[in-house]
Amino acid sequence: MQMILDGLREALRLLLTLDPEVVRIVVLSLKVSGSATLVALLVGLSGGVALAFLRFPGRNVVVAAVNTGMGVPPVVVGLFVSILLWRNGPLGMLELLYTPTAMIAAQVVIATPIVMGISLAALQALPEKLRWQAVGLGASRLQTVWILVREARLPLLAAAMAGFGGVISEIGASIMVGGNIKGYTRVLTTATVMETSRGNFEIAIGLGILLLLLTFGVNATLTKIQQRERPR
Amino acid sequence: MSAGGAATGPDGVDVPVLAADRLRVERGGATVLDVPSLSVSGGETLAVIGPNGAGKSTLLLALATILKASAGSVLFRGRPVGAGEAALPYRRRIAVAFQEPLLFDGTVAWNAAEGLRLRKVPPAEAARRAGEMLEKLRVAHLAGRSARTLSGGEAQRVSLARAFAVDPEVIFLDEPFSALDPGSREGIVDDLETALRESGTTAVFVTHDRVEALRLGDRIAVMSGGRVAQVGTPDEVMNRPADGDVASFVGVETVLDAFVVAAGAGTFVARAGTPGTSGPAPSVEAVGTCGVGDRVLLCIRPENVTLSLPGGPGTSARNAFPGVVSKVTPQGATHRVVVDCGVLLSALVTTHSVDELGLAPGRPVVASVKATAIHAIRR
Repeated sequence: MQMILDGLREALRLLLTLDPEVVRIVVLSLKVSGSATLVALLVGLSGGVALAFLRFPGRNVVVAAVNTGMGVPPVVVGLFVSILLWRNGPLGMLELLYTPTAMIAAQVVIATPIVMGISLAALQALPEKLRWQAVGLGASRLQTVWILVREARLPLLAAAMAGFGGVISEIGASIMVGGNIKGYTRVLTTATVMETSRGNFEIAIGLGILLLLLTFGVNATLTKIQQRERPR
Repeated sequence: MSAGGAATGPDGVDVPVLAADRLRVERGGATVLDVPSLSVSGGETLAVIGPNGAGKSTLLLALATILKASAGSVLFRGRPVGAGEAALPYRRRIAVAFQEPLLFDGTVAWNAAEGLRLRKVPPAEAARRAGEMLEKLRVAHLAGRSARTLSGGEAQRVSLARAFAVDPEVIFLDEPFSALDPGSREGIVDDLETALRESGTTAVFVTHDRVEALRLGDRIAVMSGGRVAQVGTPDEVMNRPADGDVASFVGVETVLDAFVVAAGAGTFVARAGTPGTSGPAPSVEAVGTCGVGDRVLLCIRPENVTLSLPGGPGTSARNAFPGVVSKVTPQGATHRVVVDCGVLLSALVTTHSVDELGLAPGRPVVASVKATAIHAIRR
């Protein structure tokens, strides 16, 4: 019990004094997961729109692959990206392994199917007649897509939240392709694992609380936008 | 607002604003729409009626090029409209409003201007024109409200304003009132009628309500089984239906299968039932040219049947059929009375007459119909 209380006290101290190492870890976590989410939104949203509006041979296979991708364990992604980036792997010449860029790449692979799958579901949930109405008002093909994306903006925001939530909390891929290098690739999750294994529970609890606050903060902001947008 | 008048083709000949040429839509291998030809003149409102599944909405979607036709073409001012994105110039000159308002997530004013924004009309001009249409449809006071907070009637008014705001050359209306309660419906029909009249916009108006069709339609197309069974003026379609399906849809409640037993100059007498039957089926005199032995369908509208008590005045007329009341159904100010006189005849009778004649099941009465009020369809 004493250990937990000490842990909480130390955690609060770390947070309130803005410990430089902790600040660095938080900033890097936000940078890596934020960038990965942005790229995943770009790719995932475009893919979701294409899958929702285009009919082509093999579309069902792609949809099945996206849905499977939504549940792929981060360690498997970590393994796959590690092999690609390994010194004598296919992309070894890029020398990206154990860099923040490698972590972003791995997190993009994790978040993209999540964003794409939820976007596709959101767009497919719109009534078919809404498309008819857009076309019947004189919308071109691109304008129709834009109108429908706009109509689905709330669930699309949920796609962004789910994507960010998925990568900020994952550990397998980050530790495998980032290596948890102090001051370089150490993020909240990898640091928490390391401090726990060393028995430094106070720091681990502090990092855990930060991770929770961070996730909560981002989601609360997005939720606020979503709630404000919701029709009365 | 666009001028409605007659459209003139390149060679100076009047051409319809909108026409269908051998238009066919197939779905899952089955033909759901087959319209060899249909045309709508400038400024005209064509009401399309028919039972559910008759292909009314499919026709509208195909004419508006929202649904791709399997064969045939849509002609706009005499020129074939392309498919897909090639139809965009045409679609920028029309507008569509559906049964559901299908408003977008935004304010009323923003929704009303959507069609204009899609046409790249400058914002100030778009807001002005949208505002004018909201005013005409009596929803200008809701301009700042979120579209999602409107009642069904208000939302449908905004949807109509959005369609009219683009000043379309043809407006397509797909059962725009069928989801509304009678109270809100009445006012909107009035305002739509005014908007159509003032703008002179050519319109294709799909409805399953024949009263609305009679009110708004300059001509009525009756659809059945994916085909246009009859097109004509309201009078033609209501009083001279082309076949039994049209007759029953336009409210002819008594359709008698009969054969002609005597023919004179411009009139004939037919007996209900099939040749050879010697039952109590009555002989009916009707106006028309038929030969003895011809088989005909006799169409009698319920409002053309008069009921009186046996022995009363008029009961000795030619088409006076003694019978017994079999059913009385109240319908507001009138009652629908079914009389069994060898065949079942349906009559519309005022509540006052029902009381005066003491009409109730089992009551003997005489049903009379003028020969001129019977429409015969030769089979």
